[in-house]
Amino acid sequence: MNETSAMSPATGPSGPSGPSGPPGRSGPTGPSGPTGPNGAAGTRARGWRRAGRAGQYAGLLCYLVFLAFPLAWLVSTSLKSPQELGEAAPAWLPRRPTLENFRAAFEAQPLARSALNSLVVAGGATLVSVALALPAAYVLARHRSRIGRAANAWVLVSQMFPFVLVIIPLFLVLKNLHLIDSLGGLALVYVVWNLPFSLWMLQGYVKAVPVSLEEAAAVDGAGRVRVLRSVVLPLLAPGLVATLMFSFVTAWNEFFFALVLLKSPGNQTMSVILTRFLGAEGVADLGPLAAASLLATVPGLLFFTLLQRRLTTRLPAGAVKG
Amino acid sequence: MRRTPWPHGTVRGGPRPAPAGGGPRLSPGRGGPRLSPGRGALRGVLAALLVCALLPSCGSGDDGDGDGTVTLDYYSLAWQKESVAANRKLVARWNRTHSRVKVRYVQGSWDTVHDHLLTSFEGGEAPDVLHDDAGDLTDFAYGGYLADLRPYLPRGTRTGIPRQSWDAVTMNGGRVYGVPFLQEPKVILADKRLLERSGVRLPTPRAPWTWREFENAARRLTLDGDRDGRPERYGTVWPMKEPVDQSVNLALSTGGRVLTTRRTGDGVENAVRFADRDAAVSALIRRQIDEDRTAPRSGLGMAGSDTLPGFFAGRYAMVPLNFSFRQQVRQQAPDGFAWTVLPLPRGERPGGHVQGVVPQTLSVAQESRHKRAAAAFVAYLASPAHQAALAKGDWLLPTATTALRDPALNRRADGWRTGTALARTLRPSPALGVRGYTEWSDKIATPAFQRYYRADLDLKGLQKTLVDDGNRVLNRYQR
Repeated sequence: MNETSAMSPATGPSGPSGPSGPPGRSGPTGPSGPTGPNGAAGTRARGWRRAGRAGQYAGLLCYLVFLAFPLAWLVSTSLKSPQELGEAAPAWLPRRPTLENFRAAFEAQPLARSALNSLVVAGGATLVSVALALPAAYVLARHRSRIGRAANAWVLVSQMFPFVLVIIPLFLVLKNLHLIDSLGGLALVYVVWNLPFSLWMLQGYVKAVPVSLEEAAAVDGAGRVRVLRSVVLPLLAPGLVATLMFSFVTAWNEFFFALVLLKSPGNQTMSVILTRFLGAEGVADLGPLAAASLLATVPGLLFFTLLQRRLTTRLPAGAVKG
Repeated sequence: MRRTPWPHGTVRGGPRPAPAGGGPRLSPGRGGPRLSPGRGALRGVLAALLVCALLPSCGSGDDGDGDGTVTLDYYSLAWQKESVAANRKLVARWNRTHSRVKVRYVQGSWDTVHDHLLTSFEGGEAPDVLHDDAGDLTDFAYGGYLADLRPYLPRGTRTGIPRQSWDAVTMNGGRVYGVPFLQEPKVILADKRLLERSGVRLPTPRAPWTWREFENAARRLTLDGDRDGRPERYGTVWPMKEPVDQSVNLALSTGGRVLTTRRTGDGVENAVRFADRDAAVSALIRRQIDEDRTAPRSGLGMAGSDTLPGFFAGRYAMVPLNFSFRQQVRQQAPDGFAWTVLPLPRGERPGGHVQGVVPQTLSVAQESRHKRAAAAFVAYLASPAHQAALAKGDWLLPTATTALRDPALNRRADGWRTGTALARTLRPSPALGVRGYTEWSDKIATPAFQRYYRADLDLKGLQKTLVDDGNRVLNRYQR
C-alpha cells in the first residue's frame, strides 16, 4: 500500500480535498440565523429535511422488512411442528419451537455431504471464472478494437441461450470428456456459464479506473506488471468481490445442470438434495424442507459477511485532475 | 385361473459384465476443508477448492464391474421417510442375496423426474431401473427409451397383477413398458364429527354414495349462518390447481372417457370427446361452486395439500383427495381431530363404481446392458410382499392381488380398509397411452377447465375448446 501511495498522484498537492474537491458544506441555517428575515424559511427547510430523512428511513425500513421477510418466515417455519404448519391461520412465531425438523432433515438426506459438494463446485467455479475473467476484462476494457467489440457482443448473445437449449448438447460433450457425474465437470460448466457475466461486470470496474493513474505510475518507473499489481488490482478490489459474490451465489443456487449432470448419490449438490423433500402433486415435507433450506442459505450469508467490507468502493474520486 | 396378460417370451443369454475401469474417486466428505475467517486458512480453503474443481475425476462414479459383477442403478422416487427406508431395506437385502448383480439406490424427485430422465436417455446415461408413473411412460415408450418387458418378466409377476393394471403400461402395439406396482384411488377425507352430526347416510365401499347423494350431503354439511351467500363452512372443496387429470379420471364413473381410443389399420387413433357422460362430473363440480355454493371458489387455485389447513379448521367438511394424503392428515391434524375415509361417489348407471388411476411403475431402460438382471430386480420389487412393504411406506395401495390381502393394509385405522376395498374399482386413466396428452392438457385443457369452473366459459364453450382445439393437437402426434 505504501508503494501505491508513493506512486499515486492521489496524495499529491491536489488531492481529494484540494481546490478541485467539492465545495465545503455550509451550516444548515446559513449566515442569517433563525431570527433573521430568512429564519422562518430556514426552519421550514430544516423541517422538510428532517421529514425527508424520516421518510427515507421509513422507506428503508420497509425495504429491509420486505427483504428479510422470506428469511424470517423460513426460520419460523423451520421451528414449527407439523400441527402448527397445518393451521389455517399460521402464526408469525412458533408457539412451541422445536428443532425436530432439523433432526429429520439431517436424518432423511445427506445434507452435510451435499453442502460440501456445493462448496467445492461453487468455490472452485467462482475462483476459476474470476481468474479467467479478470485479465480478459482488462484487455477488453483498455484495448478497444473491433475484435473487442465483437467479443463483447458475443458475450451478450451467449447470455441469451436458455438452459434447456444447451443441456443435451452439453451433456453429450461432457460425456465424451468423461465428465458426467463429476464435480469437476459441473464446476467446469459453471465456469463457462458464469464467465460471460463476470467478464461483463469486471469490464465496468476496469473502465472506472482512470488510465492516467497507470500512466503516472509508469512515469514513476513502474513496469507493466507492477502497475497492474500495485495500482489497478487494489482499485479493482470492490469489483472483484462483487463478481466473486455473484459467481458464488449463482453456482451455489444452480439446480438444473446439477440435476442433469450428477448421478451418484454421493455427488449431489445442496440445491438438488432440497427437492428430495418434495413429493408428487406438490406435496412437501414442509418442516424439514424449511430446515434444510435455511441451512442452505448459511454459506452464502457467511460468504457475504466475510467479504462485504471489501465491497466498499475505493475508486479514486479526486485522484486525478479534471 | 386368470389368463396370462401377455405371452411368455424367452431371451437367451445372461447379464453381460460391464466394462472394467473406474478412475479415482473424490470423497468430499472426508477431510473436507473448514471455512475459517483467518486469511491463511481462507487461502488454503480456496486453493483446495480450486484444485478439487479442476480435477476431472473428482467424484466420478463407476460401476466397478471389473470382476464380472453387474451393478444396476435403481432410480427411485420414494420420498417419504418410511418408503425410502423400505426401499433401502429391499435393496440391501437384494445385495446381500445376489453376489453377481448389485444394485445402487439412486434417489430422484417427482418434481424433476421427466427432465432428468429425458436428458439421461438422450445422453445415454439412463439408470437401468427407473421408477415413474404410467402417465410419464407414454412419451418415453414411443421415443424408444424403454425396454419392452414381455420377454423378461417371470410368470408370477405377470399373473399376480390384474389385467387392468397391465393395461395402463401396455402401448405401442401391445408392448409392456413397465410393471405397475403402486396405485392410489381418489377418496373423500371427511370430518367425522360433522358427518355424523349431519345425519347423512355414511357410505361404504360396498354401498358408496351416488354423485347425487354426494351433492345432497354437501348441502347438508354447508353452514351459512348469516345467509350472506358466503358460508362459514363448505360441504366440500375441489382443489383444482391441476384440473385435467381429475376431470378425465372421474368421468369414468359416469360412463365417460373424455379421451377415446380407436384401433385402426395403422395402430390406434386417439380423440377427444366431451359429450354428456364425459362432462357429468365436471358439471357437478361447477354446480357446487357456482350455484349451490357448497364448495368454495378459492379451491380452484389450490393443490391438494392446500386444502388441509381449512379441513382441520372445520372450514371444509369433506375433501376429495388422493389416498396418500392420509399421511399428511395423520401428521398435521390437531390433537383430537376425528377424520374418516369415504369412497368416492359412483355414477347412477350400472358399472359406475369405477375411477381412473395412473399407477406408479418400474421400467427398464432400453439402453441398459443388463436388461434381464434389471427385470429380475423389478420382479423382486414387485413381488407381493415387497409391494405391500413399499405401499405401506408411501401410504398407497399395491397392485398385486395377493399384496392387497396384507393385514397391515386392511386395518380399520387411517382408512386403509376402505382404500383396499376400492382397489377393484380402479381402472387405467383414459389419458394413459395417449400421445400428445401432455400438450393437450397443458395448452388446451387446463386453461379451458379453469375458465369453466370459474364460470368464465359455458359447457358448450368448454366442449368446443377441448374437442376442436384438442383434436388438432392430438392429430399432430398421430400423423
